Amino acid sequence: MTAGLLLLFDLVLVTTLVGLAIAALISPDLRRAVMLFIAFGLWLALVWARLRAPDVALAEAAIGAGLGGALMLAAARRAARRASANGGIDAEGGEA
Amino acid sequence: MKSAGGLVIGAFVLLLAIWLLWVVQTAIDIGAGPRLAEQAFAGLPATGVSNPVTAVLLSYRGYDTLLELAVLLAALLGIWSLGAASPGFQAAGAVLQGMVTLVVPLLILAGGYLLWVGGHAPGGAFQAGALLGAAGVVMRLAGDERAGLPPLAAQRWLVVAGVAVFVLVGIATMGLGAGFLAYPIGWSKWLILAIETAATVAIGTTLAAAYVGGRPWSHADVSGQS
Repeated sequence: MTAGLLLLFDLVLVTTLVGLAIAALISPDLRRAVMLFIAFGLWLALVWARLRAPDVALAEAAIGAGLGGALMLAAARRAARRASANGGIDAEGGEA
Repeated sequence: MKSAGGLVIGAFVLLLAIWLLWVVQTAIDIGAGPRLAEQAFAGLPATGVSNPVTAVLLSYRGYDTLLELAVLLAALLGIWSLGAASPGFQAAGAVLQGMVTLVVPLLILAGGYLLWVGGHAPGGAFQAGALLGAAGVVMRLAGDERAGLPPLAAQRWLVVAGVAVFVLVGIATMGLGAGFLAYPIGWSKWLILAIETAATVAIGTTLAAAYVGGRPWSHADVSGQS
């Protein structure tokens, strides 16, 4: 009974993980892809916890999903701004 | 032309998948043979920490962690070389500001807790540093231009603190004749704690500075030109 439930739980974990990964990869919108990637990272932290690796789960949630996500959101915003400026003067004045 | 390239890539991916399945299958067939876990647990009392993950990261394989810190430092140097940081966000409204004053001290407290608890339970420098970095990100989002970081001169010291303390400890143990990063048994715990504390501060500073996303020092020049 318990084993069957756990197997079901694991199957849901794995299919959702792969689904999130594919969704993040094929998403045409950068912002959306980053958000899906953050969801993927949080879900991966769950998987690590299920594999009894709490250290890795903590690191994945904090660094992989949290800070990595924040950095990529900032990068996506910057890329979108640059694309919309389209060769015009960079609003940030930070053109390298 | 394009479909031929796609076909080649598809065949390549298929081969890779088959190879991976074969690797997993052989791993399952071999079963849980002699692994390193038992040796890691056997050496645990000598390291002064009771969390095997921390023992592996900072005692058995200190080189790896030292180089990871160096990679973080190199990444931040790369970010700083990309150009000036963008000016921060507009100042937060009352509600967001209230949340920030509540959340940032909690994040710092939780970071300190994770650092200390890493000695005997899941936690450690990277997780604690990530929480400190997250505190910086929250402050930057709430309008603090420098993400709560100190002025540049102090920032530079903080960023290299992890690698510096790590290397200094290594050189000191070498001077004692034990070899690079071979901690004397009685001191092991405190040396590891010192390295982890410095690493936590360095990682937190590096991540927050990475979120600022550019070199912080030419800010006055940039705003003076515009």
